[in-house]
Amino acid sequence: MGTTTPIATTRSVTGMPTGRLAVWWVIGSEIVIFGGLLMCYLMLRLKFPHWALNSSHTNTFAGGVNTFVLLTSSLSIVLAHYYAERKEELKAFGLIWATIFGGLCFLVIKGIEWTTEIQNGFTITSSLFWSFYYTAAGLHALHVIAGMCLMGWISIDVLQKKNMHRVELIGIYWHFVDLVWIFLFPLLYIAK
Amino acid sequence: MIELLRQSGSSFAGDINNLILLVTVLAGFWLIVAEVVLFWLVWKFRKKPGVKAQYVTGERKEEMKWIHWPHNIILVCDVFIIFFAIKVWHHVKQELPPAQSTIRIIGQQWAWRFIMPGADNVLGTKDDIETVDELHVKVDTTYHYKLESVDVLHDFSVPQFRLKQDAIPGRIMTGWFKPTKVGHFDIQCAEICGIGHGIMMGKLFVDSAEEYDKWIASHTPAEATSH
Amino acid sequence: MATTHAEHHDHHDHHEMSFWEKYIFPLDHKVIGMQYLFTGILMGVLGAFFSYVFRMQNAFPGIEVPLFGLVTSAQYNSLITNHGTIMIFWFAMPILVAAFGNYLIPLMIGADDMVFPKINRLSYQIFLLSVVVLIGSFFVHNGGFGGAWTAYPPLSAKAEYNLTPWGSILWLVAVVLEFVAFLLGGINFITTLMNSRAKGMKMMDIPIVCWMIVLASILFMASAGPLIAGAAMLLFDQTIGTGFFDPARGGDPILWQHLFWFFGHPEVYVVFLPAMGIVAEVITTFSRKKLFAYKVVLFTTFATGILSFFVWAHHQFIAGIDPRLANIFTVTTLLISIPIAEMLFVYIATLWGGSIELTSAMLFALGFLATFLVGGVTGIFLGASGADIYFHDTYFVLAHFHYTFVPIAVIAVFAGLYYWFPKMFGRFMDETLGKIHFWGTMVGFNGIFMPLFFTGAAGDHRRIFDFSNFPELAVSSLQHLRMVATISVIITILFQFVFFWNFIYSMFRGRKCTENNPWKANTLEWVAACPPPHGNFLVMPEVYRGPYEYSVPGRELDYWPQNEKV
Repeated sequence: MGTTTPIATTRSVTGMPTGRLAVWWVIGSEIVIFGGLLMCYLMLRLKFPHWALNSSHTNTFAGGVNTFVLLTSSLSIVLAHYYAERKEELKAFGLIWATIFGGLCFLVIKGIEWTTEIQNGFTITSSLFWSFYYTAAGLHALHVIAGMCLMGWISIDVLQKKNMHRVELIGIYWHFVDLVWIFLFPLLYIAK
Repeated sequence: MIELLRQSGSSFAGDINNLILLVTVLAGFWLIVAEVVLFWLVWKFRKKPGVKAQYVTGERKEEMKWIHWPHNIILVCDVFIIFFAIKVWHHVKQELPPAQSTIRIIGQQWAWRFIMPGADNVLGTKDDIETVDELHVKVDTTYHYKLESVDVLHDFSVPQFRLKQDAIPGRIMTGWFKPTKVGHFDIQCAEICGIGHGIMMGKLFVDSAEEYDKWIASHTPAEATSH
Repeated sequence: MATTHAEHHDHHDHHEMSFWEKYIFPLDHKVIGMQYLFTGILMGVLGAFFSYVFRMQNAFPGIEVPLFGLVTSAQYNSLITNHGTIMIFWFAMPILVAAFGNYLIPLMIGADDMVFPKINRLSYQIFLLSVVVLIGSFFVHNGGFGGAWTAYPPLSAKAEYNLTPWGSILWLVAVVLEFVAFLLGGINFITTLMNSRAKGMKMMDIPIVCWMIVLASILFMASAGPLIAGAAMLLFDQTIGTGFFDPARGGDPILWQHLFWFFGHPEVYVVFLPAMGIVAEVITTFSRKKLFAYKVVLFTTFATGILSFFVWAHHQFIAGIDPRLANIFTVTTLLISIPIAEMLFVYIATLWGGSIELTSAMLFALGFLATFLVGGVTGIFLGASGADIYFHDTYFVLAHFHYTFVPIAVIAVFAGLYYWFPKMFGRFMDETLGKIHFWGTMVGFNGIFMPLFFTGAAGDHRRIFDFSNFPELAVSSLQHLRMVATISVIITILFQFVFFWNFIYSMFRGRKCTENNPWKANTLEWVAACPPPHGNFLVMPEVYRGPYEYSVPGRELDYWPQNEKV
């Protein structure tokens, strides 16, 4: 469109780069979305102890593996940021795709898990626990997918040594996605 | 004051009226003060040729007092209102006096069903009287109501009683009232409940003791009287 | 960013943009602001038309409403629901937050644009999509959603109850899209104000209106999240049959009310704060006065913002929450009156010692103060739990919040439009027509809602399409009051034609604004040309003082622009 970056974007009165500042605000608004959902879940869960019967059918092993997969992918995006800072675009590119692969593994495991659960008759309408289970995990999975798409888009720029700072930004976001899972895992899987 | 617009008909209506009066006086005072000062300043400091505006930062102590004093007095007014609001609330909603009779009120799209205990004054017996959109109560009797809903939210509202309570499906809301005036009043639904919300009205008859007994006698179901 | 010499515009002049780039897919914050402004005004017209239709039905039940026809109860419910939704989400918010925010923030802090122009454009596009979805919802099978703008389940959750299987879903989708648009816009406002202020502009040199819009965005961001989660839950209840809010399946309908009002009450301040900001700019300029106690305004705003998260359940006093909870919320609700009152006192005190010029903009700003006071004061009746038992869900509530929302979303907006019109379009609006518009609007507006305080206090409940079903309310004295209100609606609407004529005529034929700073104001937007070019400033300004240094002793001029070194 024949436009260049406005001067406004290059300023940094707070001392924090604008992109990073914005990502923190995005995460701030995401925290209240997930926070609201999990508060609803928690309040009802504490009210109805019998939900434990439902949650005993969740696959803790698959959840545990997924936690490991996500944490590993967080490590690879940290490394990607490290190499992006040192302008080693090929290594950064590879590590970004390793992270995307991690996200993909997560989704595949999740898919297998959900398929078995649905085959066993535990659908989103089975009970309120399962409604929360699918809604919260589904919302999280959407964030995983969004993060993967963004990483794919950023990786193209990285190859051309453009917008290398965006690797850090997506890294912050990916850590957040990771963190949400760290909350979901004990609440939906471990608490029985 | 509010009685000029809608008469009161229950024991606690007077308390609510007084609270409204208190708020009217205190809030009305501040409204008038603020409006008068506003209009007076606009008139007094209107643009005049050759007169320059003053430079007032509003950050010096003797200037700030013009803000802080009203602020403190409002706080005092607020404390007054809070005290009486909670007192009235406690009386009307929080603490239920012992019931002389208990009725069930069931809201549904778009009618009110009432279940009255009948001659034995016990709910759940054969002589219970069920009516639709018409509730009969005895004057000067403390009633507990068990408010239910079978579908969506409704709200049982009798303006003369200053009584209002949402009906929630899946819950039974308990409250009380004590009618003090004989007569008949409108019951409204005060929570939107679908396309028939505007026709969901009922009639509340507050009867004298004799009339009430007569009504009970004539409406007791046949099966209850047969044995 | 190291030195100012790097901040020159060399890229804007080369490239002549096509109409398509400039107006349909713009990146310029001013054009995006205009898009929000005009979309918001059009939606406001639609919302006002709805109010005319249901007010006619209300005052003259069963009448064939001119330009509409007979109103069924289903249509009536849909009209009131969408009137409320439109006026708050598609009129007040886009104009006060997005239009003024987009237009003013970069100009007033001396930047050439928002920090993320593309996200800004995306924000408007999502907003436009939400408009399309909402309007589409009126034309689907069984018409638009009619469960009130609060959308309480189970009514909103099940088609068998609300009878609008598609309308309710589309309504919810539209609201969520609108939220996403404002979250994206809000991130832009916040980061722009934090990071892109002109050299020398300290925190306390930021014009109040910028503070207010950004704080409003933060409030929105912090409060909307739970409702977005709630909307996802409600959407699943509607579409695939989950039971989040269905008591028969363990869900809780009250949960939605908590989520809704946890957002809903801060939302009041989301639109209130920008309106206060606009009024601050207008009254200081036209009374040639420094804002009385700038810091107090800021601190009371913070206090209001924080307290606003702890008052939500005063909308639910009689909704079946624990009665003990009501006591806590009575206390917090009455406490929030203190910072608000203090803020209004500060504005009134600002007039002291001024040299007040009653331009159209100033009249509207003063009109805002005078009428908002009524709205604020009547809120005390509803915050006091004991009195709320009587007033809840009556026209008294309706009159109360219209006395807050109309000053906010209409009167303050007019103040802002008359004030910044020369900057926006390079021409002046006609002052005589402006004053006719002002008095017509004020008389009409008070004529609508004053009578409704009384019908409400007499027991008129809201959202009832025909009072003749209720013998006590069908009496002629109350019906006359309803007619007064309805006729006032028509009068108010007619006077808006004066505004539209003035607005459109002045845009093309109005008196030309030959100088950059016609009102002799201090803030940075008046340094730029009228209207400012893409990129705003020829040389990026630097800031040497606060925004309200009017009538400083010892200076010949009674104003002192922020960017003037001496």
